[in-house]
Amino acid sequence: MSEPLLSIRRLTAEFTLQQRGAPDRVARALEDVSFDMLPGQTVGLVGESGCGKTTTLLAAMRLLPANGRITSGEVRYKGKDLLTLSEREMREYRWKEMSIVFQGAMNALNPVMKVGDQIAEAITLHHLMDRQQVEARVIELLELVGIPRSRRDQYPHQYSGGMRQRAMIAMALACKPSLLFADEPTTALDVMIQAQVLELLRHIQQTLGLAIVLVTHDLGVVAEVCDSVVVMYGGKVAECGTADQIYNHAQHPYTQRLLASFPDLERPGMQLASIPGTPPRLTELPSGCRFSPRCDVKLDLCMEVDPPAVKLEEGHVAACHLRRGKEARSA
Amino acid sequence: MSQPPILEVRDLHKYFPVRQSLLQRSPSFVKAVDGVSFTLERGEVLAIVGESGCGKTTIARTLIGLEAPTSGKMIFDSRSIGDEIPLKELRRRAQMVFQDPYESLDPRATIAETMEEPLIVHGIGRSSAERTECACAALDDAGLRPATDFLLRYPHELSGGQRQRVVIAGAMVLEPDLLIADEPVSMLDVSIRAEILNLLNELRQKRGVSIVFITHDLGTVGYFADRIAVMYLGRIVETGPTAELLKNPQHPYTKALLSVVPVPNPRLRRERVILQGETPNAASIPPGCRFHPRCPIAGESCRITDPPYVQVGPNHSTACLLVEEQASDLQA
Repeated sequence: MSEPLLSIRRLTAEFTLQQRGAPDRVARALEDVSFDMLPGQTVGLVGESGCGKTTTLLAAMRLLPANGRITSGEVRYKGKDLLTLSEREMREYRWKEMSIVFQGAMNALNPVMKVGDQIAEAITLHHLMDRQQVEARVIELLELVGIPRSRRDQYPHQYSGGMRQRAMIAMALACKPSLLFADEPTTALDVMIQAQVLELLRHIQQTLGLAIVLVTHDLGVVAEVCDSVVVMYGGKVAECGTADQIYNHAQHPYTQRLLASFPDLERPGMQLASIPGTPPRLTELPSGCRFSPRCDVKLDLCMEVDPPAVKLEEGHVAACHLRRGKEARSA
Repeated sequence: MSQPPILEVRDLHKYFPVRQSLLQRSPSFVKAVDGVSFTLERGEVLAIVGESGCGKTTIARTLIGLEAPTSGKMIFDSRSIGDEIPLKELRRRAQMVFQDPYESLDPRATIAETMEEPLIVHGIGRSSAERTECACAALDDAGLRPATDFLLRYPHELSGGQRQRVVIAGAMVLEPDLLIADEPVSMLDVSIRAEILNLLNELRQKRGVSIVFITHDLGTVGYFADRIAVMYLGRIVETGPTAELLKNPQHPYTKALLSVVPVPNPRLRRERVILQGETPNAASIPPGCRFHPRCPIAGESCRITDPPYVQVGPNHSTACLLVEEQASDLQA
């Protein structure tokens, strides 16, 4: 087994929510999140809104907003724990080693700056290069993501949604990172444009040997491109494993319900299973298993004791009292 | 069964004029809807599928009288929309559900106020108590139970799925014959999406309401549409019964759309037909077949001839020059 590129170990983070006239509340956004990824691998991070997917990315890059903090855990990147670095050292990692395509990236471009200039800015901020070299790199990046060089000097409003998303990906690749975090890169795009963007991600992964963490709530997208999957619920990892383990041998009731609620073209006309209730609020988490209020196979134990993550098979971990296996914590 | 269809659309066109410079002679138009015909039987669900900018939403807006058609006829329950049927009656009997449940509810109105407003407008229910009763019944039908718990709440207190239920309840409170749902689930999480689709299905079965379901996702329509119409650049390129169209698509555009629907199983990754580029601007529709610039199999004649509809099976027709008519099936 090769050394993992990124290894997140028991990462716990919280947000302090201030309310006028009321005591501060603490939202436990992440608890004991652990997963590994190998170089060149694509990992899907799946779950409903508010389950901590984006927070995991931001915490790993140490970009949490001011009211958020990491309380414990490790983020090992190429063997080095990023959480022990100084802010100055951390800056060397961001963009050059790991970069991020933010959610709603289509609207994250500066509207009054030419797209090519925005990509050039990302390069010059991190590298000493003369203007010609920068320009050559901008064109190289645009072509890599399939934007003709003739559109380098256009503004974001002249780009369509899919092209803006490509431009954001080009920018994230500006400093040749080994790891790319993509936060809902295809949400809000049409199916055909979504397919184009996914194809592009797969293409750059193959040509650049990049590792990608893909955050999405769409299990179909994950199945199309990911090698392994991490299913999150209420700030915790409910289940993780290879794509085949998750899609064909799901063990956690949440994963099973989530898969059943996904429309499948092969079997049209079937009643869609849905998950009653809503995800928990992170400020008022239920006791015991976080999924227990919505779980239809829960035991009494589930409402009292939070289930530990157990290893069911090589690489397959689930946190559910109904599953038996070795505790996965020892690693 | 000889009842007339609830809705019949014949050769509908909707052109939007483009603002032009002083020197430009001939006016130019965005041809958002360019010759669309379909019928919707009572209690039927028709899905209109296509990418952004193909004219799906314009059809919906025209149907409900928010836009006047450039030409063509829309016949609602045997009377023509626009002249024979008063707008007020149309808007009671045909209701719309919009895409974004976060923006389609008045943030400063309680759910009760939102629900009762249409009743007041149409003079239904004599007393406030009677209207509240109607509102409760509709909320209950939309799965918001107990309904009385929701009456005094504001939209911001509800989750996305609950809001969309309120929007649907608000549309159903007038007991319409036709519901036009414009991408009702595309803003929602997958697990909530299933609930809303099941709710629409339930309303159809219980109330017999006919539904025009507009979406860009072929994956969701298989669940409850009876028929699918695939649109491209203002025109329907293929229409047929759901199961038949999903199993046996004929038009290259339909095939491509189907091939990119994500399948939630990594063992079933298929060959995908990814069309390059995006839907062209409806202001400059290509000559010949409007799909030919992106079509993977387009031939020489596709650049010149605008294809007519050919019948390829019972109730299944498509507009493609490269698809052969199946004359033997016509009698079926």
